[in-house]
Amino acid sequence: MWFARLASDRVLRARPCDGPFALTLKRANADRLYCLNRAAEAQNLSRGMTFADARAFCPDLLSQPANLTEDRRFLHVLRRWATRYCPWVGLEGDDGLVLDITGAAHLFGGESAMVADMYQRLKRAGITTRIGLGDTRGAAWALAHFGAGEAAPGQPLAALGRLPVAALRLDDKTTTALQRLGLRRIIDLEKAARAPLARRFGPDLMMRLDQALGRQPEQVTPLAEPPHYGVRMSLPEPIGLFDDVMAGTSRLLEQLCTKLKTNEAGARVLELTLRRVDQEAQTVELRLARPLRDAQRILPLFTRGVGEVESGYGIDQLRLEATQIEPLPVRQLSHVSSGRADQLDDLISRIGTRIGLDNIQRFLPADSHIPERSFLIAAAAYSEPEGPWIPPRPRPQRLFAPEPIAGDGSRPPKHFRWRRMPLTVARATGPERIAPEWWLSDDNWRSGLRDYWRIETQQGRRLWLFYTPQSPGWFVQGEFI
Amino acid sequence: MTSRTTIPLPLRANRVHEACGAGRVGFAVATMALVRRTLWIRESWQGETLNPLGLADFCDPSQLLVAQTKDQTDMLAVAEEALRDGALPLVVLEITRPLNLREGRRLQLAAKAGKSIGLCLIPEGMGSNASETRWLCTPLFDPDDSTLMSWETIKNKSGTNGTWHVRWNAAARRFDVVCPAGKRPGSAGAAL
Repeated sequence: MWFARLASDRVLRARPCDGPFALTLKRANADRLYCLNRAAEAQNLSRGMTFADARAFCPDLLSQPANLTEDRRFLHVLRRWATRYCPWVGLEGDDGLVLDITGAAHLFGGESAMVADMYQRLKRAGITTRIGLGDTRGAAWALAHFGAGEAAPGQPLAALGRLPVAALRLDDKTTTALQRLGLRRIIDLEKAARAPLARRFGPDLMMRLDQALGRQPEQVTPLAEPPHYGVRMSLPEPIGLFDDVMAGTSRLLEQLCTKLKTNEAGARVLELTLRRVDQEAQTVELRLARPLRDAQRILPLFTRGVGEVESGYGIDQLRLEATQIEPLPVRQLSHVSSGRADQLDDLISRIGTRIGLDNIQRFLPADSHIPERSFLIAAAAYSEPEGPWIPPRPRPQRLFAPEPIAGDGSRPPKHFRWRRMPLTVARATGPERIAPEWWLSDDNWRSGLRDYWRIETQQGRRLWLFYTPQSPGWFVQGEFI
Repeated sequence: MTSRTTIPLPLRANRVHEACGAGRVGFAVATMALVRRTLWIRESWQGETLNPLGLADFCDPSQLLVAQTKDQTDMLAVAEEALRDGALPLVVLEITRPLNLREGRRLQLAAKAGKSIGLCLIPEGMGSNASETRWLCTPLFDPDDSTLMSWETIKNKSGTNGTWHVRWNAAARRFDVVCPAGKRPGSAGAAL
């Protein structure tokens, strides 16, 4: 199954357009056409052409940058869809699928009927497809890419013979060389003597020929289904008591954790959906501070969420799904590891259920002289403690937004009022000049340079003042203990 | 004003204490210097933030967790949870409205269950009756030093009140109790 215009079909499915359309991709230092629709091909545009040329040929060309990861994802979606025909579905390059329909064709009324069904469904979905059907993977590939059709069983040469040698999945260099030798079609190649060809082109050419004609086996490797971390439980009688729901959750958790353990994964976000008798569903979401797969530790964290659920006439189905998974390899237990870190993680998770996991933060060092930017604030659940902390000069313990005070001149004022308190300066240490980081635009630093002073007042308060020489003014920005 | 009793520090474990006055943050930092891990709970609307670079002289900022809550009810719930758990030996709360007796008592019970210390930083006059000690902390000017503070217990459930002058000893990385200024031997105003 070859999707000739997979990338542009994907984009045009979401936003159809009648005119010429192309996806561009930057290759070899130029934007080049990556995938075109039929209308664009009719204008004599081709893949690999630079986008500037294409626009010159066809001024009304619509374009969009290509998104390769989305294309890949879309191909996986199609692969999953294709398992409706047979269980053995593998990927073939970037734009094809290979299906081993042995023993599955009769379910659709024969091979031709099956292929017709595929064409019909894919056409309805707006995807250009060419399907080749053959005894071997090589034959099917050749037929899909070079003249769709079916090879009669047992006689691959009859269908393949007239196809060009490029249909054997050869590289361009070999193809050109073969054509120069006069071997243009597969039948020519088959009739030629094998030994000289093998000597000249290596074993690869003969291997491809044999694979296409069925003299050498080639497997179809189906992709493994990604593991699904969801379990559910339906109850014959509705339940409504807190303890009953927790007992049910506990059973589901055990199943889920076994599954997680087999795959060496840990859950980051869990979703417990409780369906009531009246078809109403309520969801309890649990975000964890660390990936976990320990049922005993996760269960108490659900207490708060389950306690808030309105059970109504009763709950008759519980469904637990791990919506976010992280790899969690098996670790060697040792006598030195303490349960202290685990206890803290559990505490963070538990607090996180109330105020949100992002609101529990820790400080991380940052490389900047600007006081506000000399540290980062990160969510504790998603960061590790870092150090060391080396203050360049004494820094205040508390920082706040600059508060203007009256004062003039570049020396600190002798007396000033701050927060309605009259203060007298007893000692001033400074200045320490900090220049704004010109490579970042920061509105607070528009006033230019700052001369910081450490002020000790007669009244006891120790403040951090700064003076802005470029637009004169005095401000208080912090307080020392 | 000197007190003959010894300073009741470190703060009694399993209890919740209070600190008020302009130097209350300094008192909290002094307490953090004694324990390793701290949870600092504040309401997110408050403009003032802690500066980890400033704290680095006194304690290790990487051991500090800050929880931002939307109001004081959430703050008390988080504090109770953290105190009861005991994974963090010190929980500091920045209180903005006075606690009633029930709230104060619940914090005490939680601290007892988790064997941890709670410290409420309160605006002046907003103390709760349930607290174990209440400290009035004021920074003092000292011509020789810039870390002098006066710590005064204005409430102590299991001891007497007193006033102590302390200063940061950078070499030993701890707060030292010093004689109040003016009574120091050799100074001009020394009492006999």
